Amino acid sequence: MTIAVTIAWAFDALLAATVLAVALWTIVTRETFAAVVGFVAFGLLVALVWVRLAAPDVAMVEAAIGGGVTGVLLLGAAARLRGVEAATAAEWPGKTLRLVTGALCAAVAAALAATMLLLPDPAPTLAPEAAANLASTGVGNPITGVLMAFRGLDTLLEKVVLVLALIGVWSLAQDSQWGGLPGPQRQAQPDQSLVFLARLLPPVGIVIGVYLLWTGADEPGGAFQGGALLAAMWLLAMMAGLAAPPPVGSRRLRLVLVAGPAVFVAIGLAGFALADAFLAYPQAYAKPLIIVIEIALMLSIAATLALLVAGPPERMPPR
Amino acid sequence: MSLALDILSVLAISAGAFFFLAGTVGLLRFPDALTRLHALTKADNLGLGLVVLGLLPRADGALGALKLIVVWLLVLVAGATVSQLIARVAQRAGPAP
Amino acid sequence: MAEFLLAAAGFVLAMVALGLVRILRGPAIADRIMAAQLLGTGGIATLLLIAPATGMAATTDVALSLALLAAFASVAFVQGTSGPDDPEATEGR
Repeated sequence: MTIAVTIAWAFDALLAATVLAVALWTIVTRETFAAVVGFVAFGLLVALVWVRLAAPDVAMVEAAIGGGVTGVLLLGAAARLRGVEAATAAEWPGKTLRLVTGALCAAVAAALAATMLLLPDPAPTLAPEAAANLASTGVGNPITGVLMAFRGLDTLLEKVVLVLALIGVWSLAQDSQWGGLPGPQRQAQPDQSLVFLARLLPPVGIVIGVYLLWTGADEPGGAFQGGALLAAMWLLAMMAGLAAPPPVGSRRLRLVLVAGPAVFVAIGLAGFALADAFLAYPQAYAKPLIIVIEIALMLSIAATLALLVAGPPERMPPR
Repeated sequence: MSLALDILSVLAISAGAFFFLAGTVGLLRFPDALTRLHALTKADNLGLGLVVLGLLPRADGALGALKLIVVWLLVLVAGATVSQLIARVAQRAGPAP
Repeated sequence: MAEFLLAAAGFVLAMVALGLVRILRGPAIADRIMAAQLLGTGGIATLLLIAPATGMAATTDVALSLALLAAFASVAFVQGTSGPDDPEATEGR
């Protein structure tokens, strides 16, 4: 083997070993907080794996969602469970149950590995067709072309599912608090260094998020990547007390949340008039339409993700 | 010219890698959370800075170079601030058991 | 040159792996939060080195978002540790 191939192989082996070790530690550790830290570390490492698999779009989303947003979500859950943590630790499942679970997980992993390794070479794929027809969508990034044009319907339905998930989270509130402010009352004065960071990072984050959206047309990036980054920045401002979470009943908030799917559906319906099918784009206007949809989507995704983490409403806003 | 730039890159990146090594050794050997935090942030920020310096000649265009520098500045600022916060957590927790 | 860059990336990754062993074991909470910092900085250095080595310029963009998100994750962890033993802070999020 040449030196380059050996080094690449060694790098990938080291990365895989680290990922597996961190995953194992996360499962084995008994403290919830430590497990959440391990989970976030795992997410950041898997982002590296995606880069090695030549999927930078997915790497960006993994870093944002797996590393950031989901971590905060789990931390919130861990904090709420802190009271019962001692009691549940006493009910640790027995050895046979753990062995059987481990064996089943290993069987699933083995089946997946066998499927991956036994794929015919070259693996069956639609990538050549997608690449061949990319010019008709007006964008240069094949992932954006697939997401927004070839499989636009899937993307539309996913965004609707996101809104439904948010409604599901809100429905956990008590009846008297419907429409109130998410999250418990913050009495503490946040650390001044945190306030400094929350003043500095979000503007930079917003610029980078919009940059990711814009560059997603021709390079890796896109609405979801930008939106996830914006959500993280808004959450940062909320954690530092610089931005108050909006009341869940606010009309403006709800407008932003549905703007993405609504614009998508509207342009899709217009496709009947302009290009004879739902979600078909007229050739000359494909790229501008896609960009308009993506801007609306980015705002909706940012708001939805941030509110999913903020949680169900827990108190009414002061009159 | 390009050979000189390549040598500069190799030297800077090697120095950066050495600082990462120093930081990790400090992390493994220092006795308590605050000293470990010190080793971690100082060495890694400097290590990243040297790596960025070594990569600047190879960046594609002004935008590429700007991205590298923005990354380094973000890590510097965020690292300094987060170290403060982590130090406060360590102080609150008291000496390790 | 590409081999050197990839080897350097591998070295930094090895340092991160070693550091993780220590941190995830470390008894104090602050030790664990340092995992996010270490992974953030080390991961960014690894990505920045991989970008010219494999010719994928988008890797630098991944490093850019990682810079912001690692800071965000660390802040979230610090906020999450303000528990019932801290009289001035609220129930952590």
